[in-house]
Amino acid sequence: MSTTPVAVTHWRAALARLAENRAAMAAAVVLVLVCLAVLVGPWLVSATSQAVDWDQISTPPSLHNGHLLGTDANGRDLLARMLMGGRISLAVGLLATLVSVLIGVIYGATAGYLGGRVDQLMMRAVDVLYALPFLFLVILLTVYFGRHIMLIFLAIGAINWLDMSRIVRGQAMSLKRQEFVLAAQATGVSSAGILLRHILPNLTGIVVVYATLTVPQVILAESFLSFLGLGVQEPLTSWGSLISEGAREMENAPWMLVYPGLVLGLTLLCLNFLGDGLRDALDPMRDDRRDGT
Amino acid sequence: MPGLIFKRFLSAIPTLLVLVTAAFFLMRAVPGGPFAGERNLPPQVEQNLLAAYHLDESLGRQYLRYLVNLCKGDLGPSFQYPDYDVAELIAAGLPYSLQLGGLAFLLALALGIPAGVVAARRANTWVDASIMGVSLVGISVPNFVVAPLLVLVFAIYLDWLPAMAVEAGSGMGLRNMVLPVIALALPQIAYIARITRSSMLEVLSAGFITMARARGLSSRRVLWGHALRPALLPVVSYVGPAAAALLTGSVVVETIFGIPGIGRYFVQGAVNRDYTLVMGVVVFYGVLVIAFNLVVDIGYRLIDPRLRRA
Amino acid sequence: MSATGPVLQVTGLQVSYGPVHRSTDAVRGLDFELYAGEVLAVVGESGSGKSQTALALLGLLGPGARRRGRMLLEGKSLDELDEAGWTRVRGRRIGLVSQDPGQALNPYLSIGKQMLEMLRWHQGLGGVKAREQAESMLRAVGLTDAPSVLGKYPHELSGGMQQRAVMALALLGEPVVLVADEPTTALDVTTQSQVLALIASLARQSGTAVLLITHDLAVVRGVADRVLVMYGGRVLEQGRTDELFAAAGHPYTAGLIACAPGLTSTPGSLLPSLQGQAPGAGDWPQGCPFHPRCPRRLEKCATSMPVLEQISTTHWRACFNPGSDL
Repeated sequence: MSTTPVAVTHWRAALARLAENRAAMAAAVVLVLVCLAVLVGPWLVSATSQAVDWDQISTPPSLHNGHLLGTDANGRDLLARMLMGGRISLAVGLLATLVSVLIGVIYGATAGYLGGRVDQLMMRAVDVLYALPFLFLVILLTVYFGRHIMLIFLAIGAINWLDMSRIVRGQAMSLKRQEFVLAAQATGVSSAGILLRHILPNLTGIVVVYATLTVPQVILAESFLSFLGLGVQEPLTSWGSLISEGAREMENAPWMLVYPGLVLGLTLLCLNFLGDGLRDALDPMRDDRRDGT
Repeated sequence: MPGLIFKRFLSAIPTLLVLVTAAFFLMRAVPGGPFAGERNLPPQVEQNLLAAYHLDESLGRQYLRYLVNLCKGDLGPSFQYPDYDVAELIAAGLPYSLQLGGLAFLLALALGIPAGVVAARRANTWVDASIMGVSLVGISVPNFVVAPLLVLVFAIYLDWLPAMAVEAGSGMGLRNMVLPVIALALPQIAYIARITRSSMLEVLSAGFITMARARGLSSRRVLWGHALRPALLPVVSYVGPAAAALLTGSVVVETIFGIPGIGRYFVQGAVNRDYTLVMGVVVFYGVLVIAFNLVVDIGYRLIDPRLRRA
Repeated sequence: MSATGPVLQVTGLQVSYGPVHRSTDAVRGLDFELYAGEVLAVVGESGSGKSQTALALLGLLGPGARRRGRMLLEGKSLDELDEAGWTRVRGRRIGLVSQDPGQALNPYLSIGKQMLEMLRWHQGLGGVKAREQAESMLRAVGLTDAPSVLGKYPHELSGGMQQRAVMALALLGEPVVLVADEPTTALDVTTQSQVLALIASLARQSGTAVLLITHDLAVVRGVADRVLVMYGGRVLEQGRTDELFAAAGHPYTAGLIACAPGLTSTPGSLLPSLQGQAPGAGDWPQGCPFHPRCPRRLEKCATSMPVLEQISTTHWRACFNPGSDL
């Protein structure tokens, strides 16, 4: 990801630019639909994700048998499982992103604002951590400490803060030189005060952009773990686990692979589109704009 | 330049130490140790076993011994397969993983760079939009979704290509490699295309490009002879993280296609709680990533002459 | 001046950007002729349209630009050229030297590689012959240690040496016209005069026609045979250098000369300055573009544009109120 600071622009202008980006808007709509579906869906679908329909094991999707997307090898309704799994995937995505944003912003803003040796040291630490193959360390952690859902989202959140901290640091460094910060310093406001009241609020835009781009990475990481059988444990399920099952059964029951796979892919795609759109909307001066302006 | 390599190598050491130390202490943090699963051993036997594995020494001495062993390439015995050393298992899986990862990487470069150049050349046209759209899909859809889908379509429905990468008797032939290599390479092709495109656009707006055109060189000559070289710098930068991504991706791809590579050993080890194996693979991969970052640094200096002195 | 026709003839050149109903006009009607062996200086402040003129002459205007008017190079029209056609003109018949030599050279290739590429491209030369030519060209631009320079990268050369290398590259194709867009602005004073001397000798000895674009009148005085003064995308005055400096025909030119340090002022006295600021390209007022800042403006200057009128065989100006002493 680029680490150049984003120009601080007016909210309204940015939102207007975003609204013009049809791909991003379509993506946002799809995402809202998906979120609604996983929140409300489980109550609407007649089967529950655990109920076993003994008469219809591994049946393909149909409109008639009450299982819109078919059933799995244990007779459980796929649609219901996908909706419940979606809750887990999205929840982990949001929570882990929150963790990573929190760590990244605090770390980066502090380093960028304090500057000098502290900054050098902090960024050197980031460089060291960057080189480690994090996903493997997460796997290591899950192997050692079990597969609690809390651990998983903490671990995933702890991987992804590096990029965010770099971006935030760059932004904090350029904000530091702006006049309102100098004015605050001149009137004796403490460093912590400046950070809280002046620097952080101005970071919101860029944080939103990169948070939106972090969510898919995090969901991907959780799905990856679940796919390998190292993610959330039964009775909880997530899209990654469903895909894993689907891959195993794909010769007999390809719908078990296709539907969860499509939904996961679509969600990630929309998140990336939206994040790209936000990035373009907030920083229209970038060289690699795709819409010709 | 040898001085440079040495310096970079030195600065990689703290990273290695952090990695290795974290792995060591994680190993020790697990309650019970390697023989907790065994049915009650007579205390004398247990004592002998502990001594044999040096687990009765102080933590400090164990750490030092561990470091020394690492330098000798000894990663300890596997818990799943006690007859084998972790190092042996890694060595056995390495050729397969290398083939897979190497081919995927070459494919990614061979397709990604030209795609990015074309997209930059025809920026803001439908060609550009479709290349970038497809590449976004390539990045978003995880390879553990793509790989099984590829198998479903090409191996099961169309029966054009084999589903398993290693067939009895014939080993890992070229036909068997097609699907796994594609599955592994797809997201990398996408990333490289995007990076190349945006970097190329930046370079094409530079002063020396206009001047090259002003000297009467054709657009094609300017593109390939003048613009491409600096445009590749970010791609070179990406090689480091790309290597890591290929390694990660290989875990999935090897599992799905049944390739007996390091990735698959890793997954099996993770599922079966083979601590030494999992840890050994993490250390091994960590070293590889660090080595690749060093290669990236050297590559940078080869391309940009302004970086060559000090 | 040569007795034969002009090497470059430009009539009614206009360059604009943006949508037609709201266009930004960078150049609004430029006419001039350039003869072999002479140095024609185009003087103007930023926004006057001079750089756009340089780009137009090489077909390097951006994709959003609209160009009108006629450009004839050695009698042949440049107006209908497509990109392939321009590739045959650039470097071979018209060369360009621009302001910042650091930006003009490819930092990733050695000087030698960039020069050999030119020789191979334009003259099909390779190997030893190409090297020899490259070295002799480097010596011709004043880089005496030619073999060593060939092996160096741009960042290893000083600004002045870089600019000489840029000129060498521009001349390798043996163009008949050289457009030099602010070639000395980024250089220190000593190097400036060396590079200018080089340009002057080019014109005199090789017969290259030089279009020297600058905002610095001292440069003009030292090197140019004729001067063209631009403001607001238009020509305000045109004539021989000695004529102009002796008696400027236009208030703007007079103002420029008066506020150029060292040209007419005496040390110790207050340096006069032109009132106001030049507006950005496209922000031109109605009528004469200079009238808001002109100490001699009349009512009609705000409504109609004066045309170029001849005041001697070699001197033109466009002004309603040049003043009796001018």
